[in-house]
Amino acid sequence: MPSVGLFIPCFVDQLYPHVGMATVELLERAGYTVHFPSQQTCCGQPMANTGCVEETRPLAHKFLELFSPFDYVVAPSGSCVAMVRNHYEHYLHGVPGFAELKKKTFELTEFLVDVVKLDKLPHAFPYRVGLHQSCHGLRELRLGSSSEMMVAPFSKARQLLQLMEGIQIVPLTRPDECCGFGGTFAVAEEAVSCMMGEDRIHDHTTAGAQVMTANDMSCLMHLQGLIRRKKTPLRVMHIAEILAGHPV
Amino acid sequence: MNHATLAGEYIQDRERAAWHDNTLWFVRSKRDKAAATLPEWESLRQTASQIKAHTVSKLADFLEEFERNAIARGVKVHWARHAEEHNQIVLKILQEHGVKKLVKSKSMLTEECHLNPYLERHGIEVVDSDLGERIVQLAGEPPSHIVLPAIHKTKADVGDLFHKHLGTEAGATDPNYLAEAARQHLRDKFMSADAGLTGVNFAIAETGGFVVCTNEGNADLGVSLPKLHIACMGIEKLIPRAKDLSVFLRLLARSATGQPITTYSSHFHGPRPGGELHIVLVDNGRSHILGKDEFRTSLNCIRCGACMNTCPVFRRSGGHSYQSFVPGPIGSILAPARDPQKHASLPQACSLCGSCTDVCPVKINIHEQLLLWRHELARLGFLPWSKRLGMKLAGFVFRRPWLYSLGGKIARFVVPKLPRFLVYHRLNPWGKQREMPEFPASSFREQFQQREAKRK
Repeated sequence: MPSVGLFIPCFVDQLYPHVGMATVELLERAGYTVHFPSQQTCCGQPMANTGCVEETRPLAHKFLELFSPFDYVVAPSGSCVAMVRNHYEHYLHGVPGFAELKKKTFELTEFLVDVVKLDKLPHAFPYRVGLHQSCHGLRELRLGSSSEMMVAPFSKARQLLQLMEGIQIVPLTRPDECCGFGGTFAVAEEAVSCMMGEDRIHDHTTAGAQVMTANDMSCLMHLQGLIRRKKTPLRVMHIAEILAGHPV
Repeated sequence: MNHATLAGEYIQDRERAAWHDNTLWFVRSKRDKAAATLPEWESLRQTASQIKAHTVSKLADFLEEFERNAIARGVKVHWARHAEEHNQIVLKILQEHGVKKLVKSKSMLTEECHLNPYLERHGIEVVDSDLGERIVQLAGEPPSHIVLPAIHKTKADVGDLFHKHLGTEAGATDPNYLAEAARQHLRDKFMSADAGLTGVNFAIAETGGFVVCTNEGNADLGVSLPKLHIACMGIEKLIPRAKDLSVFLRLLARSATGQPITTYSSHFHGPRPGGELHIVLVDNGRSHILGKDEFRTSLNCIRCGACMNTCPVFRRSGGHSYQSFVPGPIGSILAPARDPQKHASLPQACSLCGSCTDVCPVKINIHEQLLLWRHELARLGFLPWSKRLGMKLAGFVFRRPWLYSLGGKIARFVVPKLPRFLVYHRLNPWGKQREMPEFPASSFREQFQQREAKRK
């Protein structure tokens, strides 16, 4: 059986273990042996995005060392995978094994669609779902077409969700606007960040969504923070939880 | 003041911020519809990007070709190394012709050079003739957007301003009435002007001519009445051939406002009979950017403003929060190239969503350059101490998996037991409008290891 090195974002590890477990379930059901290199911490994106290049470098090297042994590397996050595939170049250019690492690292829905070629799911999900298309997955990994580009529309997340019986994906007025998380942006630009989040939530509730989902827990952490403060009747689930058949 | 502070102040008037957001989203939607009418949209963007890359790679040669051809058409060509030199050149031309009154059509370059206050100090009356520009000029404000300079003003704001300056009825908000008042007011200014000044959208190396795009025809009227026309352009406005123009004219207005083309695309090839045409070619930091590999493509910018209309931060924080003559995503790259310390907060005024990169008609990798600017600013020491310290600490923890796991364990144990006031206070910006995540009983790694242990 091909091996998957499970890459779990640091904050998912610490705050959302159920998202990691749902990822394990999906990969094992697809016939992969899942390993979790326990020396992993963070890919370094928060430091890199703040500009702290030297704090990032050792983490990138460690990541390469930890994940080199596996056939595939899979993470339930577009943002963290984009860090590895699109931005590690800055730190690991020319380092042996990096070219292979880039090729075998996948975001979860991308892996399920492009490698596993998943075409059925056993569970039903009879809810109205708002799909938040997290930016880094969308525009850095091209997990779907962005609304700015004049290309044939597609979305890997939507393709998978539609395999679930009874699901209804609601149409949004702004299908891929940023939620305003943006890492340290969420606190450094608190006012703009929260207004962006409120506007996203409003779009989903107006469209009648009962559950809001996304590929990235970071967006959902921010949105859920706003939802819980205002007690908005909208459930938040990572896409891995829905696809794995976890209850609402 | 940094962007976050000014943005916070802007958003305090939530209704206005929402109105600004919706107004610009409407423009973005019009752009989407217009772009979708061209099946070749993406290849047009690619072509435009390649033409610009080619031009910039031989910019000196193309500039000299342009100068030769312009001179052959009877144009007087001037070169300015920086803003001050540009202003001096314009003033000298005006003084030599005894000009007291100047009408301008839209030119971001003259905003960049602060030409208006310079000329006014030397006793020359300057009137911006683009309606939006005239509105902000009357208000004594800089433009808040490069294509829609007065987009931050509501109809009521404009009514108040015109009542004060143009004598319109108090409380008037009818756009037709207000536009007509501006038209009459500007007509007088056009008739009495001694010289006209325009910007340049595209200058063509092979012909020595240039093109000015407007929607109001004000550039044409401004330079057709007086005998003297001065055109000011940044050296990056060049394109090699006349036929390249079709690529850019098709992209520009669709990206800017969703129109198929600007109402007026005025071509100037030499002075009109009996008149004089001067072109001022301005560097002002452009060749500095040209020398930087990672930021060079920012010179591709055709000033369509699409990145501003699509930017979720710009739409909600208003153009003035950037404190830069070109605001928004592209401005946040151009401004720190000029003064990194003053504009250090701009590359951080971005959630790195990448929408600007995808909307850009000349394919500038805007969000990637913003990220590179963050690296550059940290290297130069312009990162706020709080972020620097936070990242140093995080880096220290993340390099030590045991410390990371222990820290998580302690937080999961302690934080849920803390009284609310110890978690939610003014030092926790996350918690101002948001709840903190709920801490689970155990981490993923703990759950995964327990499961593995059970299996064995």
